[in-house]
Amino acid sequence: MSTTDAIVIRITGDSGDGVQILGEQLTITAAVTGRDVRTWPDFPAEIRAPAGTVAGVSGFQLAMAEEALFTAGETLNVLVALNPAALKNSLEQLTPGGLLVINEDSFQDKDWQKAGLDSSFLSNVAEHYQVIKLPLISLTLQAVESLAMNHAHAKKAKNFYILGLVLWLFDLPTEHCLAFIEQKFKNKSDVMAANKLTLLAGYNYAMTLELSRQPFMMSQVNREGGDYRQVTGVEAVAMALATLAVGTGTRMFVSGYPITPSSAILHECAKLADYGVQLLQAEDEIAAICACLGASYGGCLALTCTSGPGLDLKSESLGLAVMTELPLVLIDVQRAGASTGLPTKTGQSDLRQAFYGRHGEAPLPVIAAKSPADCFNTLIEAFTIATKYMTPVIVLMDAFLAIAAEPWKLPALDAVTLPDLHKNRFPKPFQRDENLSRSWNIPGTPEFIHQIGGLEKQGDSGRVSYDSANHQAMVKLRAAKINGISRDYAPLVIEGDANARVLLIGWGSTWGSLRAAVHQCEQDGLPIALVQLRQLNPLPDDLAALLSTYDTILVAELNSGQLCQIIRANYLVDARSITQCDGQSFTVSSLVNTIKMECHYERQDVHA
Amino acid sequence: MSDKTYTREDFTNSTEVRWCPGCGDYAILMALQRLLPELGLPPENHVFVSGIGCAGRLPYYMNTYGFHTIHGRATAVATGLKAMRDDLTVWVITGDGDALSIGGNHLIHCLRRNVNVNILLFNNQVYGLTKGQFSPTSQKGQITKTSPQGVSNEPLNPLQLALAAGASFVARAVDKDPTQLMAVLKKAYEHKGCSFVEIYQDCNIFNHGAFDEFALKANRAEQTVMLEEGKPLVFGATRQKVINQDGDCLSVADYQEGNEAGYRHDPTSFMSAMRLARARYPQLPVPLGVYYQETRENFVLNKPIVKTLEDVEKLMRAKAFWQQD
Repeated sequence: MSTTDAIVIRITGDSGDGVQILGEQLTITAAVTGRDVRTWPDFPAEIRAPAGTVAGVSGFQLAMAEEALFTAGETLNVLVALNPAALKNSLEQLTPGGLLVINEDSFQDKDWQKAGLDSSFLSNVAEHYQVIKLPLISLTLQAVESLAMNHAHAKKAKNFYILGLVLWLFDLPTEHCLAFIEQKFKNKSDVMAANKLTLLAGYNYAMTLELSRQPFMMSQVNREGGDYRQVTGVEAVAMALATLAVGTGTRMFVSGYPITPSSAILHECAKLADYGVQLLQAEDEIAAICACLGASYGGCLALTCTSGPGLDLKSESLGLAVMTELPLVLIDVQRAGASTGLPTKTGQSDLRQAFYGRHGEAPLPVIAAKSPADCFNTLIEAFTIATKYMTPVIVLMDAFLAIAAEPWKLPALDAVTLPDLHKNRFPKPFQRDENLSRSWNIPGTPEFIHQIGGLEKQGDSGRVSYDSANHQAMVKLRAAKINGISRDYAPLVIEGDANARVLLIGWGSTWGSLRAAVHQCEQDGLPIALVQLRQLNPLPDDLAALLSTYDTILVAELNSGQLCQIIRANYLVDARSITQCDGQSFTVSSLVNTIKMECHYERQDVHA
Repeated sequence: MSDKTYTREDFTNSTEVRWCPGCGDYAILMALQRLLPELGLPPENHVFVSGIGCAGRLPYYMNTYGFHTIHGRATAVATGLKAMRDDLTVWVITGDGDALSIGGNHLIHCLRRNVNVNILLFNNQVYGLTKGQFSPTSQKGQITKTSPQGVSNEPLNPLQLALAAGASFVARAVDKDPTQLMAVLKKAYEHKGCSFVEIYQDCNIFNHGAFDEFALKANRAEQTVMLEEGKPLVFGATRQKVINQDGDCLSVADYQEGNEAGYRHDPTSFMSAMRLARARYPQLPVPLGVYYQETRENFVLNKPIVKTLEDVEKLMRAKAFWQQD
């Protein structure tokens, strides 16, 4: 029997069907048993869209493989659709011959109507797939018959029936999920019993039916030994904040205003008060960043997070942070714009705003995390830069990175390099060190009294100055301070084939898709070198030399070519753009096609 | 509180003061520099946070920590500072445009959260730094550069706004009466919670004399009334008049010393404070002093770090965790 490279399953139904919890347990089981996993939850944009409608569909996608995986997959091997609306949303992505599991009980005429379809939608295409129709409700009720629960209650266990079925399908053990159920429902013994029975019933049903599972059985990935967890970008951010506050012994002030998708960061921070992370849900985006500046002036670490329109609102305050040279980290969880745009969809179109979106000359560092787990390192790096150089730092994440999850080998925290916080270094607040960074002088300290503000300033004491020559000098000084930050970067990492003639450049969360595309191109006989940038402003010092060694330079990003334009302008190279602005991550197949087209690549016979 | 005694010089620096000669801001600056030594805290424990406008320059002239922020946001900056650094005494210096127009949202939330800062609103009923446009407190009919036919909208009443927003300390003073101003500022400092003080301040360039009818020393006795806890609202050169409350109405009556029958000022009464805030001049004299004061919980974020890095490592393992051989 052959094993397969990667299999992708999507479970999709109504928001109330418990799809996310099901997906999470499936993911952990897969990870614990040694598969590599990538996940991607797909929430509806509307909170309580009418049940059974397309707008109310909630999905969870999981890719697992025995080899290292880079994305949550784009075509599905298995689709579990709990109603016609869910089917309508995802059927396109199911590979011909793929397994389609549907809940017969919710595929009645009225259900088809809610989705704006009729049953011919399925009958017309059923022959292309392996279709399993389950009377999910009746099967669930049967499974819990012995418990004498009322039906409304018992029906709620139905997602565990699906979980059991899928576990068997993928040759995964039930122990982990059973343990989870015991823990989660320890105070509700009837619910616990119902869920366990239902899970086992689903598992046994699949076994009895002898569903064709051969294509889905996998051996284990070769993962380095150690402690792991499945982590989303948002969770990694929260862990970094706790590490920073506890590790530096300096309290962390977090302030934001609820906005999709960055609010999830506030939710995580709300749990971390004992770790020195203090949360203020502010009255608006401007108050959030301003309160951070107050806390930062007071000597605390400070983080504000936002998305899309919130970044616009924070622009003026970022300028104040630049001018007063206060340490501050701003996370922008990018979403598709302009204006309200597509609030739940992803994109990388805030890059230019991060670089330039302030009046006057107001340079600041911009860095981006390349994967969910990398958000941990990125936040540590952001605070290191902010405090070492006394500057606001923008961290670019995106909607995908925030909720996508991957296995994270947990770091030993005593080995993590944390910012070295030296306050009150010089008596004059604007006296500068060799990196042009000023002294972080803290209220409450005798002999260090000073005033700061948004007005132009002069000299070590930072006196207000309207002198024109001084302003010119200060503009240059602030720019030089930021440009100097690249001295601290690690050398660029070249993945793929460093000796290729083509260099593909990406930044931030597209790393997974780009690696997969490079891998595919290589297999097709087109070697590609890949550099995924994490530091965007200033760009790494070694980028210039690197660019000069490749014939073709491609820059792939989820916007209309923002980084590409910056690279062309900065290095005078003929970099070409691969762009996408549809609210989705790159699909590997389209990336591969575009790369080949840009390289004028025609398929060669690799066996020749 | 330290044992050292401080003088006005300890709170004065060498920065040249650059307000227009004759500006009411000088009097407020001086009142602060006279008051702060009395409070007994060393200069480094005070922080002055300001927004944009003429008033916004004040922190530069105080020998204390200071943060001249951006337009309307001083209350927001001060909220973050005071929440995390409850050991500091934080003053917010703002104006009618700064606090009530561009910064209105932050002001009301600072008040309702009850952040323990002292908000001093310099109300001159005009935009001074931008050279003479009307402000949200400009009076109906007031001629300014942007209202050549006179302001057509009703002004905003800062005290009513503060009370409605849930302020725990609301007071009013005038720049022309430094003694009363200092007394009010001291009470604002002593109040544990967010203190809101409206100070009528003369802009002698763009709105000169706007408050003279009641604020000048010669007029104060007849045209203002000092609010004192437990005392009747007596005013007049010979203390011959009193303000009484009849239901929801305020009215002026003759007063004779020893007459205990009428209203006595109760700063804990929200409704009385609201009625006084709505008093219209010149029908009634301008009430000065503390309108309202209540004690309620302050907004602070003062939880210490109780966890260790080992705890953080455990936290990381609390969810979706496994060990790989």
